[in-house]
Amino acid sequence: MGYGDVQMIDENGNRVDGRKAGDIRPIEIEMGVVPVADGSASMRWGTNYVIASVYGPMEAHPRKIQRQERAVLDVRYNMAPFSTTDRFRPGFNRRSREISKVTADALESVVLLELYPRSKIRVEIEVICAEAGTRCVGLTAASLALADAGIPMTDMVVSVASGKINGVVVCDLNKEEDNYGAADLPMGVLPNTGELVFLQMDGDLSPSEFQEAWDYNMEAALKIHELMKEAIANKYGGGQ
Amino acid sequence: MSNSGASDGRTLAASGSLVIPGDKISSDTSGQLGHGVIKVNDELIATKLGYLVEKSGEVSILPVHTAYFPRPGDLVVGYIEGMRSNIWFIDLNAPFNAILPMSLAPMKIEYGGTRDAMDVGTTILCRVQEVDEAHSSVVTMKGMGLRKVNSGFVDTIPPHLVGTISSGSNAIIQQLKDASNCRIILGANGRIWVDGEPEGIRIVRDALAYARDNQHSTELAAGIASQLANGNGE
Repeated sequence: MGYGDVQMIDENGNRVDGRKAGDIRPIEIEMGVVPVADGSASMRWGTNYVIASVYGPMEAHPRKIQRQERAVLDVRYNMAPFSTTDRFRPGFNRRSREISKVTADALESVVLLELYPRSKIRVEIEVICAEAGTRCVGLTAASLALADAGIPMTDMVVSVASGKINGVVVCDLNKEEDNYGAADLPMGVLPNTGELVFLQMDGDLSPSEFQEAWDYNMEAALKIHELMKEAIANKYGGGQ
Repeated sequence: MSNSGASDGRTLAASGSLVIPGDKISSDTSGQLGHGVIKVNDELIATKLGYLVEKSGEVSILPVHTAYFPRPGDLVVGYIEGMRSNIWFIDLNAPFNAILPMSLAPMKIEYGGTRDAMDVGTTILCRVQEVDEAHSSVVTMKGMGLRKVNSGFVDTIPPHLVGTISSGSNAIIQQLKDASNCRIILGANGRIWVDGEPEGIRIVRDALAYARDNQHSTELAAGIASQLANGNGE
């Protein structure tokens, strides 16, 4: 039996965790979880648990990274050694560098960096428990932490992945679907404008499947955006 | 976030409501743009997480968190963080250190004598003299009341609370002065110098701790007033 033969969705459209094709996993968001940070947020997304914290703006060091006309975003994505069933070797690796880079690129699209010349804004994303889609959880949590830190942004960033399992396009892949599925399409979306700031794809999707995954992601992003608003209102109240 | 403020049919969020980055505030762009608001495609968009404020035709956001950025004229409490032969580097609780040139120090100093005059760790009251586009700032200690701080205690509150604590007819800072009988100077950078009897300093510290813990409460002033009334800050 090969990877593609693992049955992960039944004839009624129920996935291994009982969700339907367009459902997302349960999400819990908490703001201000790291008191020493300028802004922070935690996200439980299915079994994923990610904490993002933001420090700054601060003077950019080393000086060679300073930009005279804008701030730089220093994003560090890291998985804790105990975040996976097999021990994850601590420290930076090629995957974490790549995710840090794409997360920084996505966030740079919304953060008004030109307001803070020569500065650095440090974003730390720590994966405490990993299931699947940690880059999406990390990016979304980082966007919340930036807002919590009072960093000006044109919009929030919501990230979610859809993919294909057993020939069916489904939203928000879990671990089994991510491991044994045929394709994965993580996207970062600006919920107020529908603009895209981040897109990657693993595997093969036909144009119609791609469109279906795209639609799932866009729809899920709006739902997650509402959850983000609720979490912020829980922390800071509905108004003065 | 709240969309209940459609008083004129164009306002999408009510004054005082919580908004997050990207929220559409209004389709009426005739007013002045204040802090945390930008105009995009004939709509006003929030760029900060905070409370919407509409005042005298200006729309702005009172952020829930913000970093201190020096502005000329700000009275601030700074720490000496380093020096060269003719300048000091001052930590102002801002992203960048300010500089204090020897010529703007309150005493006469020979070239090379900066450390003897004010060493690393010294607390000073100073005023921001100039700030350039890249946020480099110069502070001065020439002016009434600007000097080295040799006594008392320095506490810190988030910079966005400075306005709340210092403004209003019955300002919190005045209540603290009355209750503690201390001399209190509130820096625009969120640092507060308190000088007086130890009991008075304790009252102020407790009240400021309360302010930090309840910084997003709408009843902050009333809470501090009741804390001061019920046992002088205990």
